[in-house]
Amino acid sequence: MLIKLTGCTVYDPASGVDGKLQDIYIRDGRIVAKPTEAVVDKEYDLKGKVVMSGAIDMHTHIGGGKGNIARTLLPEDHRQDPVHRSDITRSGCGHAMPSTFVTGYRYAEMGYTAGFEPAMLPVNARQAHMEMADIPILDKGGYVMLGSDDYLLRMLTAKKDQKAINDYVAWTMHSAKAIGVKVVNPGGINAFKFNQRKLDLDEQNCYYGVTPRDILQVLATAVKEIGVTHPLHVHGCNLGVPGNVQTTLDTIQGIGGLPMHLTHIQFHSYGTEGDFKFSSGAAQIAEAINKNKNITIDVGQILFGQTVTASGDNMRQHANHKFASPNKWVTMDIECDAGCGVVPFKYKDKNFVNALQWAIGLETFLLVDDPWRIFLTTDHPNGAPFTSYPHLIRLLMDRSFRNEVLSTIHPEAQKMTTLASIEREYTLQEIAIMTRAGAAKLIGLKDRGGLSAGNWADITVYTDNNDRQKMFEKPDYVFKDGQLVVVDGKVVSTKWGTTHVVRPDFDPSVEKGLKDYFDRYMTMKLGNFKISNDEITEDGRGSISVHPLKGDVA
Amino acid sequence: MIEITEVSSPFCGIGTDDLTIKVDGLSLKVIENGCAVNTPAFEQPITDTSARVDGKEVSLEIAITKAAELLRDTKLPVIGGCATDVNGMRCLLALADRCGAVVDNMNFTGARNNFLALQDSGWMNTTLAEVKNRCDLLLVVGTDLEAFAPRFFERYVWNKEAMFVEDTSQRSVIYLGKAPSGQASTSPNGQKAQVLECATDDLPEVLAVLRALVKGSQIRATSVCGLAVADLQMLADQLKAAKYGVVTWAAGALAFAHAELTVQKLSEMIKDINDLNTRCSGLPLAGKEGDQTANQVCGWTTGYPARTRFSRGYPEYDPFLNETSVLLASGEADALVWVQAFNVNAVPPETTLPTIVVGRSGMTFAKEPTVFIPVGTPGIDHAGHAFRMDNVVAIRLKKLRDSGLPSTAEVLNTIEQALQVK
Repeated sequence: MLIKLTGCTVYDPASGVDGKLQDIYIRDGRIVAKPTEAVVDKEYDLKGKVVMSGAIDMHTHIGGGKGNIARTLLPEDHRQDPVHRSDITRSGCGHAMPSTFVTGYRYAEMGYTAGFEPAMLPVNARQAHMEMADIPILDKGGYVMLGSDDYLLRMLTAKKDQKAINDYVAWTMHSAKAIGVKVVNPGGINAFKFNQRKLDLDEQNCYYGVTPRDILQVLATAVKEIGVTHPLHVHGCNLGVPGNVQTTLDTIQGIGGLPMHLTHIQFHSYGTEGDFKFSSGAAQIAEAINKNKNITIDVGQILFGQTVTASGDNMRQHANHKFASPNKWVTMDIECDAGCGVVPFKYKDKNFVNALQWAIGLETFLLVDDPWRIFLTTDHPNGAPFTSYPHLIRLLMDRSFRNEVLSTIHPEAQKMTTLASIEREYTLQEIAIMTRAGAAKLIGLKDRGGLSAGNWADITVYTDNNDRQKMFEKPDYVFKDGQLVVVDGKVVSTKWGTTHVVRPDFDPSVEKGLKDYFDRYMTMKLGNFKISNDEITEDGRGSISVHPLKGDVA
Repeated sequence: MIEITEVSSPFCGIGTDDLTIKVDGLSLKVIENGCAVNTPAFEQPITDTSARVDGKEVSLEIAITKAAELLRDTKLPVIGGCATDVNGMRCLLALADRCGAVVDNMNFTGARNNFLALQDSGWMNTTLAEVKNRCDLLLVVGTDLEAFAPRFFERYVWNKEAMFVEDTSQRSVIYLGKAPSGQASTSPNGQKAQVLECATDDLPEVLAVLRALVKGSQIRATSVCGLAVADLQMLADQLKAAKYGVVTWAAGALAFAHAELTVQKLSEMIKDINDLNTRCSGLPLAGKEGDQTANQVCGWTTGYPARTRFSRGYPEYDPFLNETSVLLASGEADALVWVQAFNVNAVPPETTLPTIVVGRSGMTFAKEPTVFIPVGTPGIDHAGHAFRMDNVVAIRLKKLRDSGLPSTAEVLNTIEQALQVK
């Protein structure tokens, strides 16, 4: 079957195409070059339509235990947004932490075709994959969390060499079926188990004597040396603490030029100036990002309203529980592996801190020059549910709208932000970079995030509209692997996406030490811990797509 | 005859995965690391291999057609039991969604004590490996822990080595409420658990006093429900002095009215202790025969735990009104589907309604159900996944033999497909 999309106005930064008129051909799920003689089976007239590849959310909490705790915690939130079944779709719930099926539908209905779970605990990876297996339409993948696991900290205390750590990291990625590696409050989740309540970049874990800086160094090195494309994904120290802008700047400085991705940087960009001792550090952060080409970031924008924060950072989540709204919260210590904390939040535009957080996120977006190194996220659901992306895109693309909203927030916060004076408006091409080509490049996805021949046909078609929120919340068409799944912002058919992974090499003898550790201290046998390929594919819906390592010949 | 090692169990809830099982044709024998819960559950012989309709043996196809026929015109079928693996629950929920059923896990009334507390104020919990390596004080509330999980102490308390506890035999074990039924809680060096015994339904009062003492409040009374306040004061001091205290309970063992308030009291007390410059965590016991699995899968599929109805086309959770016995008694339900792939003794409640049982081979009934489809057991007859008591760990279940019995998922999925054909 040959499909032709005729007369598209294409924004495809992966090929350097910026608003050019093109036809796109689809065959067997992929984009193909214009065939010489073939008959077109189905043609879509897309004259005047804006066409991009399917959007990719490179940091969204869509699978794993903490998300399901968040769901269980908030029945009253689900009741505000019940989702009916239809002949082709399953029922479920929406709003802050939607059910898996609704997650897939709503992402697709906004033109997204892939999402990546950024905090997959090795011991909880099985659950993360099972949840993501129940998210229809989307492709998915996960970044496996290390850095507070006792195994790594024991290695550091025992002064194991970098090679041994590389093997452990690579083995863990295999075992957990991951495409990236994340560290959350490096060593801090572990320190919390020893009753430490904060951990600065150079503060030692009281048991291991290891600092967050040490952990970042060995993990960032490991990720680079084993050839994983996605740089170490870092949720830094001191999340949410006024003054943490200095920690973040020190973290950037300290990594010494290694590739590093700083996630939801908005939560790590706070100064201590002003009457309320809370100020924006966005300008300093943006300056550092602009200067240090080894650093990429996503923003973790907050938007006003009810949501729930779900994080591996139980140390900081415990400290922040006093802001829980409604007042209920969960923390967990998990399996000498990691932890989690779930705290519902209601961000209010008339609250000084929340209002300034909102402005800090937007300042960051607008002050970082290179759209290939910054990504559009709300850290779903932590800053806001992913369904608020079209609103966020309008804030970035439409200065008068942005200033209109700015004029309604807490007046003291308005005084503490430079936002009103920033003239920049994002272009369609820059949005396409942040949400498509850049994300695919950052994660190392082969054949995704672009519209040239050979790519999988993940394609989103919009009607141009000066109201960018309206434009991005209701695409005309979405194709996933060439299948038409959305028309006029509604799911018309469903399918199952693939699971993206990488498989870096490791020395198999790494399992000797691991087996001994599992037998002595863990609650599972090593053989039962590792996730097999069958577990992803045996139900007949899932599949695994292995992506190349750096240095692999494409 | 083969021996399979590192077998994991879906029966005990504590994720034992070191069993060695001898397989001889269809018969299984646990030859290493069995226990009073796991061994009989694994060794249960296969008796039924054929489906029945109205007591007569029929082919699987006929039984499925009949089941679909029974469900087709129902207004409010109830799917009870909900004791199966992850894939089984996925298909169960798909079927419920399609026919507007109520989904109700058979252990939910016990689990409700936890869910109501969780959904009202939350908690600070931990998992088994943390207990094994960090716990220096274990408080067992209202539960006979070794009867619940016979190998709990051996695996997670008296383990030879722990990363952060120098001598595990020095760990303090304290029972509040029910006394232990055996010696499992006695340390390897002979130290018996400390027992503060009281009646189970006195726990609300006793725990109210304990929490007050933890918070430093003065209590004028000298005794509460037969326990000396001085002893409770000592317990409060021990909890505050412990580096990594763990408080455990089985929600179902707290069999008195409004036990959710007791769970909440415990959970809030644990939070209090964490504000007193030390660590303390809860450890709810559960995970038997798919209860945690049911709640987890229902959680990600609907947003709610496994006492949820689909009768209005979308999921609605009600921990009281969606209870199977309530719906059977009120006459609101018009069919019962009972899914129980683990336990032949967990039979459906008595009812005059048309009943479809998707059950473990070997189930016997006082009253023959309309349709009985024997299915394989996850972790014996087919591979699968189950959640352990501590929720974050899903264990991989192995296939041990070729029984030819279909899985719960296959049966429920086929019934759902039959319903699609009008």
